[in-house]
Amino acid sequence: MAEKIDHGRRRLLTAATVGTGAIGVVFAAVPFLASWSPSARARALGAPVELDASKLEPGQMVVVAWRGQPIYVVRRTKDVIAHLGDHNELLADPNSDNSVQPDYIKATGAARARNPEYWVGLGVCTHLGCAPTSAPVRRGEFQVAGVDLGKDWPGGFYCACHGSKYDASGRVFKNVPAPKNLTIPPYALGKDLRIVVGVDDASQNA
Amino acid sequence: MSASSDSAGAGNSRGLIAWIDARFPMTKLWKEQVAEYYAPKNFNFWYFFGSLAMLVLVNQIITGIFLTMDYKPNAAEAFGSVQYIMNDVEWGWLIRYMHTTGASAFFIVVYLHMFRGLMYGSARKPRELIWIFGCLIFVLLMAEAFMGYVLPWGNMSFWGAQVITSLFGSLPVIGGSLLEWIRGDYVIADATLNRFFALHVAALPLALIFLVIAHLMALHEVGSNNPDGIEIKKLKGPDGHPLDGIPFHPYYTVKDMVGVAGFLLIFCAVIFFAPTLGGFFLERANFTPANPLLTPPDITPVWYFTPFYAMLRAVPSFAGTQVWGVLVMGSAIVVLFFVPWLDRSPVKSIRYKGPIYKIMLTLFVLSFITLGDVGMHPPAGIYPLLARIGTAVYFAFFLLMPWYTKIDRVKPVPERVTGHV
Repeated sequence: MAEKIDHGRRRLLTAATVGTGAIGVVFAAVPFLASWSPSARARALGAPVELDASKLEPGQMVVVAWRGQPIYVVRRTKDVIAHLGDHNELLADPNSDNSVQPDYIKATGAARARNPEYWVGLGVCTHLGCAPTSAPVRRGEFQVAGVDLGKDWPGGFYCACHGSKYDASGRVFKNVPAPKNLTIPPYALGKDLRIVVGVDDASQNA
Repeated sequence: MSASSDSAGAGNSRGLIAWIDARFPMTKLWKEQVAEYYAPKNFNFWYFFGSLAMLVLVNQIITGIFLTMDYKPNAAEAFGSVQYIMNDVEWGWLIRYMHTTGASAFFIVVYLHMFRGLMYGSARKPRELIWIFGCLIFVLLMAEAFMGYVLPWGNMSFWGAQVITSLFGSLPVIGGSLLEWIRGDYVIADATLNRFFALHVAALPLALIFLVIAHLMALHEVGSNNPDGIEIKKLKGPDGHPLDGIPFHPYYTVKDMVGVAGFLLIFCAVIFFAPTLGGFFLERANFTPANPLLTPPDITPVWYFTPFYAMLRAVPSFAGTQVWGVLVMGSAIVVLFFVPWLDRSPVKSIRYKGPIYKIMLTLFVLSFITLGDVGMHPPAGIYPLLARIGTAVYFAFFLLMPWYTKIDRVKPVPERVTGHV
């Protein structure tokens, strides 16, 4: 009983116990943190969606929901397509270098579409996630959400939340709150203008 | 404290108290924290807001518990269950309006409480931890209010949640996966609503109560500051109590009751006559159900967040990311934590501080109110400019504080509190 207390040994054992306990806490935290990730059901609901674009009129837009987010499909007018490359000086990221899209879309340059006539993109403003309004006609006199887009308007989208402007390829203008072009989801163009959002190749969704 | 009085317990309240005191420090706590807690005798109007914040916290907890009994935390039923509470549950409308008005009242009293601290130097040594606990309470309160606002699952709830969670998505590298982790889905969805409910009714209130206790324990350890910003503990009478101190009970319990009466008068007037306060306390766009494909024409947060929202929008995107606005908004809150060390004035209270501090505090209040107004309007016309000026003034107040409090001309501080007899 009168043994001398070995303080060094006691400190080492205390530190080892605390250290082991801390590692245990870290491991025990993993299931709780992981439980916040999208569940198997949420991931399954993120499956691709299909749309028949053959009925669209020039200038018309349809919205389909993919993963609960709005996907815009716009049939652009010939006039808009012909002038897509004319206003690069107005754009913040004309070549989509800082924006999110599949490589095969970036390679199409100003069109940002597999088929220049049918533009597909995520209708979520890159600023804070609002849904931009379509203003598809070039050089019109537009009143969108009470804002006059002016005579030089090349056709595109206007976000009424914070005033961001995008051209008809979803490329963002300079000096607006949104930092990036509209995101383009992976999509495939099948036979008869069947658009499949969520896959890179139409055969993937056979 | 004597165990001998145990047998006399039954039918004798003194005996019962002694019985409890031998097992739990009831009388000791009552004396230390209330009956013999000596507070400065010169508390004024501004000292109501601490106890009023406690009152509102109790209101939120009680009304909140009753709301959970009828609310359904899932995306399909949430909106309908809130309408059910409003229309079909007996007195449900009153309980909900007490809760929604309580949320705004909470921020009103907390903002005034914090302003009091800035005015009288309540954050200064030795009260740094009281201030830091208070700032943590403020941060949790904002999280609590934000998540509570999502629960009715109106369209503004949905899009507000969309905008606020997107803030995390703007962080470089980890942003995207962090966003999915917070939302529990690729968008704001049922999973998000459910977890916000869990945090709103269980996790955050528990943390809030814990922090309020820490805030009060720290306060009662060092003693309250006062409008003169002097330490009453320096001068003690022969009985060992501060000369300028009076027991919290009955003096301040009674005084606070007057504050409570005045507060309830206004609080009830809002509940009964203007529960939405013209869109300030409950926004119109939230009276339609959440719709992921339909953005409200203008997403604005509830009034208590608008100053910070205005700062978020004041900063343009730069280098391909809009994380800068998020950083500015975050810094606006983080900077509050440093107030105890930013203020280098030899005096605490504004009564003895010089003209520069008075001007800066006035400008700060004006900038906060201006930002609050700017945050409610679409960012067009004069508003972006006002937002930038307001943000600059807000930060100037804090970041230049070490400099201007040092050069400011101060008045001599008295030995005893003003108006002592």
